[in-house]
Amino acid sequence: MPLKILVTAKRVEDPESKIKVKPDGTGIVTDGVNYKMNPFDEIAVEEGLRLKEKHGGEVIVASIGTDRSMTEIRAALAMGADRGILVKHDGPLDPVVVSAILDKVLEKEKPDVVLLGKQSIDDDQNQVGQYLAERRGLGQATFASKVESLESEAEQKKQPGIVLSADGKSVRVVREVDGGLVTVDVNLPAVVTCDLRLNKPRFASLPGIMKAKKKPVEEIAAATLGADLAPKVVVKKLSEPPKRQGGFKVADVAELYAKLKGEAKVF
Amino acid sequence: MGNVLIVAEQSGGHLKKASLHAIAAGQAIAARTGGKVHVAVLGKGIGAVATELASFGVTVHAADAAGLEHYLAETFTPVVVELAKGLGATFVGAAATAFGKDLVPRVAARLGAATATEVLGFGGSGAAVTFLRPMWAGNVLAEVDLATPVKAFTIRPTEFPVAPKGAGGEVKAAAVADPGPLPTRFVEFKEVKSARPELTEARIVVSGGRGTKGDFKELEGLADDLGAAVGATRAAVDAGWVQNDLQVGQTGKVVAPELYVAAGISGAIQHLAGMKGSKVIVAINKDPEAPIFQLADYGLVADLFKAVPELREKIRAGKGS
Ligand SMILES: Cc1cc2nc3c(=O)[nH]c(=O)nc-3n(C[C@H](O)[C@H](O)[C@H](O)COP(=O)(O)OP(=O)(O)OC[C@H]3O[C@@H](n4cnc5c(N)ncnc54)[C@H](O)[C@@H]3O)c2cc1C
Ligand SMILES: Nc1ncnc2c1ncn2[C@@H]1O[C@H](COP(=O)(O)O)[C@@H](O)[C@H]1O
Repeated sequence: MPLKILVTAKRVEDPESKIKVKPDGTGIVTDGVNYKMNPFDEIAVEEGLRLKEKHGGEVIVASIGTDRSMTEIRAALAMGADRGILVKHDGPLDPVVVSAILDKVLEKEKPDVVLLGKQSIDDDQNQVGQYLAERRGLGQATFASKVESLESEAEQKKQPGIVLSADGKSVRVVREVDGGLVTVDVNLPAVVTCDLRLNKPRFASLPGIMKAKKKPVEEIAAATLGADLAPKVVVKKLSEPPKRQGGFKVADVAELYAKLKGEAKVF
Repeated sequence: MGNVLIVAEQSGGHLKKASLHAIAAGQAIAARTGGKVHVAVLGKGIGAVATELASFGVTVHAADAAGLEHYLAETFTPVVVELAKGLGATFVGAAATAFGKDLVPRVAARLGAATATEVLGFGGSGAAVTFLRPMWAGNVLAEVDLATPVKAFTIRPTEFPVAPKGAGGEVKAAAVADPGPLPTRFVEFKEVKSARPELTEARIVVSGGRGTKGDFKELEGLADDLGAAVGATRAAVDAGWVQNDLQVGQTGKVVAPELYVAAGISGAIQHLAGMKGSKVIVAINKDPEAPIFQLADYGLVADLFKAVPELREKIRAGKGS
């Protein structure tokens, strides 16, 4: 059964970048910072592509942000997604607002499976999938993972970790939770948020990058969707957490042992 | 006014200790709003857990039903939402565990509330409570205001004490309505059992990274010598060397033990996000330039395969004397 798959891709600071807070605490210093697709969303895109490769269908990538988020949409198209949706919003975004916008996108697109990252690595909220599922009255499977490791043969073969049921009415998802792995079945349409061990995202190929330029991307102004865009998580102030004092080196194991026993008194 | 509802977590009739830190956070809010702390606990056969929770001086609402045996956000949400409404709770929270992070945003969505994740503390003044939380893998500390009548949150357990025992607690039965047809079904739980202490509760954590090349034997030995838990980096977990559940960092567990030993770990910001609150940090790495040394209290530039067995010998000799 072909699947209509909607994947979200947020533009975030590269996790390798050095993040510094502006002296007035109103934001972070963006000079010299690189941007890319949220790493968890790359995993979501990869999973979407694998599901499509197995079952047929379509992968739509949606991003909410300024024109600059077009780069992340193109990155997903270069990996193999079929078309894009850029919801333009040039104001503060939080999980309440993002899920309100995605709610409208889902209403219009009616996908069978919605794949999100489990968390954005800028605001680290880990909420949008859960909010979206509740808004639409859908089942949620957060922190999707799989039993096999990322070094396994199944991973080499690029099998999807999310398994469609024989009747095509639900998906089986293995969730990474405290103390182990939980398996759940979720009816379609389902909302799934992707964790790190679900897959290893592919790199875009050169032909993929060329093709991506010609794939359609619909641009929608957020204000036309009828969603409440008023921020609900209002950042009042940013600061740098206290730095830890460290950097002391010991010469050998004997000194380490002596310090731990005599100074730190840990044993 | 300003009542607080904390959702406690239990598994198979055992209370999760993280919940006690969440209750303490709830008490900190209630002290400012003049409200009361209520605790919800859901599951099947949870009478003993409910009684245990009441010993912390709080009103416990126990939802005990067969349909709640295995946690699902879809079955827990309506129960918690009804409780929150009935109690006039304006703050709804839990510990920032996999359970809390899955459930609280869904509950919040139904209550029209905004949520703050991994809360480290509170700001603002009086009943106007703001939330302090990490962003960008702990590189930034943010003070956020939730601009909704009901405010939801998950707290980072290492940043709050355990709630003190107190008098005046009681257990009430919470109503469990038939949730109707469910979009989600529980299939199974594959638990990874370990004889070692739980990572987030251990006094000592011994962690290994890619530098172990998959050989955790000596580190596990050191952990056992010290009664410690074992942790790991994402690199070690992704490779399948240790179970997922042992990942420390931005997207794994956050720990703050008395002693954290990092062996064969470079010290990426995402890993530091999960352990830099530790009291004493030891780093063993053969690269003197590894970033982990910048925050280690005791850095040892050495091959872990030589240093760790040597350290174990010293510890064993020390115990004998
Ligand atoms: C979105 C995202 C989320 C992430 N979340 C996490 C997270 O939660 N937790 C986490 O840990 N990482 C996380 N990471 C990954 C993180 O960026 C690093 O890649 C990872 O922590 C590196 O692991 P490592 O230190 O084991 O490996 P490496 O960086 O490869 O370091 C290995 C170290 O071992 C040393 N070494 C090698 N051999 C020896 C020896 N014989 N003796 C002593 N030392 C030796 C080397 O000098 C080196 O410093 C995340 C990354 C992203 C993008
Ligand atoms: N502005 C955005 N555009 C597209 N997707 C987003 C946006 N913000 C959040 N998401 C999605 O929601 C997931 C969880 O984000 P968060 O709840 O903010 O941590 C991310 O991994 C993305 O998949």
